[in-house]
Amino acid sequence: MSLAEPAALPVATSAAPRPQVLKRLTSSFKASLPAYLLLLPSLVFLALFTYGAMGRVLIDALYQRTTPKAPVRFVGLDNISAVLADPAFTGAVVNNLIYAVATTIPSIALALLFALALSRTHAVSSALRAALFLPVLIPMVAASALFLFIFLPNVGLLDYYIGRLLPVLPNWLGDPDIALTAIMIITVWKNAGYYMLFFLAGLQAVPEDVMEAAHLDGAGPYRRLRHIILPELKPTFLFVTVIAMLNAVTQVDHVFVMTQGGPSNSTNLVLFYIYQQAVEHYDIGKASAATLLTLAVLMGLTALSFRTLANREGGA
Amino acid sequence: MKLFDRLFRDAPLATRGEITPKLGFALTVLLAIVWLIPFLWMGVATLRPPSDGINLMAELLPSLNPTLDNIRDAWEIGDFPRYTLNTMIICAGILLVQFVTITLAGFAFARLNFAGKTLIFYLFLMQLMLVPVLLIVPNLSLVAQLGLYDTLTGVMMPFFASAFGTFLMRQAFEAIPTELEDAALIDGAGLLQRIRHIYVPLSMPSFSAFAIISVTSHWNDFLWPLMVINSPDKRPLTVGLSVFTKTAEGTQAWGTIAAGTLMVIAPLLVTFLIFQKRFISSFVTSGIK
Repeated sequence: MSLAEPAALPVATSAAPRPQVLKRLTSSFKASLPAYLLLLPSLVFLALFTYGAMGRVLIDALYQRTTPKAPVRFVGLDNISAVLADPAFTGAVVNNLIYAVATTIPSIALALLFALALSRTHAVSSALRAALFLPVLIPMVAASALFLFIFLPNVGLLDYYIGRLLPVLPNWLGDPDIALTAIMIITVWKNAGYYMLFFLAGLQAVPEDVMEAAHLDGAGPYRRLRHIILPELKPTFLFVTVIAMLNAVTQVDHVFVMTQGGPSNSTNLVLFYIYQQAVEHYDIGKASAATLLTLAVLMGLTALSFRTLANREGGA
Repeated sequence: MKLFDRLFRDAPLATRGEITPKLGFALTVLLAIVWLIPFLWMGVATLRPPSDGINLMAELLPSLNPTLDNIRDAWEIGDFPRYTLNTMIICAGILLVQFVTITLAGFAFARLNFAGKTLIFYLFLMQLMLVPVLLIVPNLSLVAQLGLYDTLTGVMMPFFASAFGTFLMRQAFEAIPTELEDAALIDGAGLLQRIRHIYVPLSMPSFSAFAIISVTSHWNDFLWPLMVINSPDKRPLTVGLSVFTKTAEGTQAWGTIAAGTLMVIAPLLVTFLIFQKRFISSFVTSGIK
């Protein structure tokens, strides 16, 4: 059926209908023109910096220049295989996976705790919400400047107060085994308050009379959480998880300020690797190949988030 | 215990005797205090005289003879007034252009029928997927080709169109009753006049929500301006602070770093404390920027 149709079309539209189709197209274009003009400013910038950028990443990933002034030369998939073979890149990918999982889980757990404890509005809970939200507002660079001192060996805040309890003082940012954890602590501190807001909004959907009925039926706080609150919050969980994962890929300012990816690449994350390739090594080909790989993963992740969003809007 | 009773006053009667929610609340209070410690240290260290030496630097109890020396040093070493001005120009420039682009596009999606609407809608959605910060490499080469390397305009340009803002405005415009527009139509108002005099004034809450999200996120941008800006006098606050921190770290001038950080975040903190409710509700709508 569907195969036969294209063959039949040229016969049907041979002579007379063509001007009609053209006319219909022009008239629908004319009717749509005001809308196109209104969309034009946005579409120009989107074309330059989003779709165009995508295209340029694709093309740049296929070319290579040996020095900044040398002519570009087509290398096919060499850049991609070079990136995949680069231990710094695979290391950054592994770090980023660990970083994503180990920041997402505690941030969300804390956010849920904060939201449950502060869901009732009174002066005290508003003040506490504001306190937990403050880190969300400040630039990551400013947070990093503060945490540089907090993690400073011997005289820093952490060692001054907690370090006395430990037999050996850890070198928080200087020890390859600990540095990534230190970076993760900042992320959790900075983002938990943001995710708390979504849980607070989600909690408002939990009906109070159901909670009370459950209590009268003998359900304690734990069982109410497990069987009423958590199922109700499921869409919020999915949504916040996606945002936290996106943040884990796109937030690297603290890596730049605090460790520069070191010591020995133990805190290098993928976006910082891309930055290093482009700015420090002038290797646009490799930087583009790494961008391309990251985008592919991220687009899968965001496709997932749109399904979550659609579910949420559908009331599920 | 009295205090707890007052805090849980409006909880359902049956649950007031439970212990677990109170433990959770107590834990949250404790963590909120921990959350504030970096800010507390920043304030105390800013006012601590350099003569207290490095070993007292971590002390959270304020010094008995506070001084403004650190603030003066930070002000002189870092070019903070210039950085602040640059950041304000960037945020204001982005916001102004965004207001125009998102109003026009939001209106088209909310009220007009046109060929290819679904396709164009998905083209906008794509921007939400391709987080701009990931496209720094191709966008840097484009900005350079446009001759905008090392300019504030170059920093602003990738953010001039905003899918998030467009969708926010579409939602706001759809909620406005069409009767209002019909009345203006009878009076002979053109398309742009109707947008300007009916849709925009009635959508101010959405504009302010968008403004809060846009300004805070671009106030905090770092990696992109770091790549585009080369001259020291064009640095925004975040880039300025990172350079300043690097310099001061070398001389272990932690009091000065605390003072510099305070100067960078003070405008945001003050605005937040004034418009707390607005900020919080705006951030809830900002799931994906």
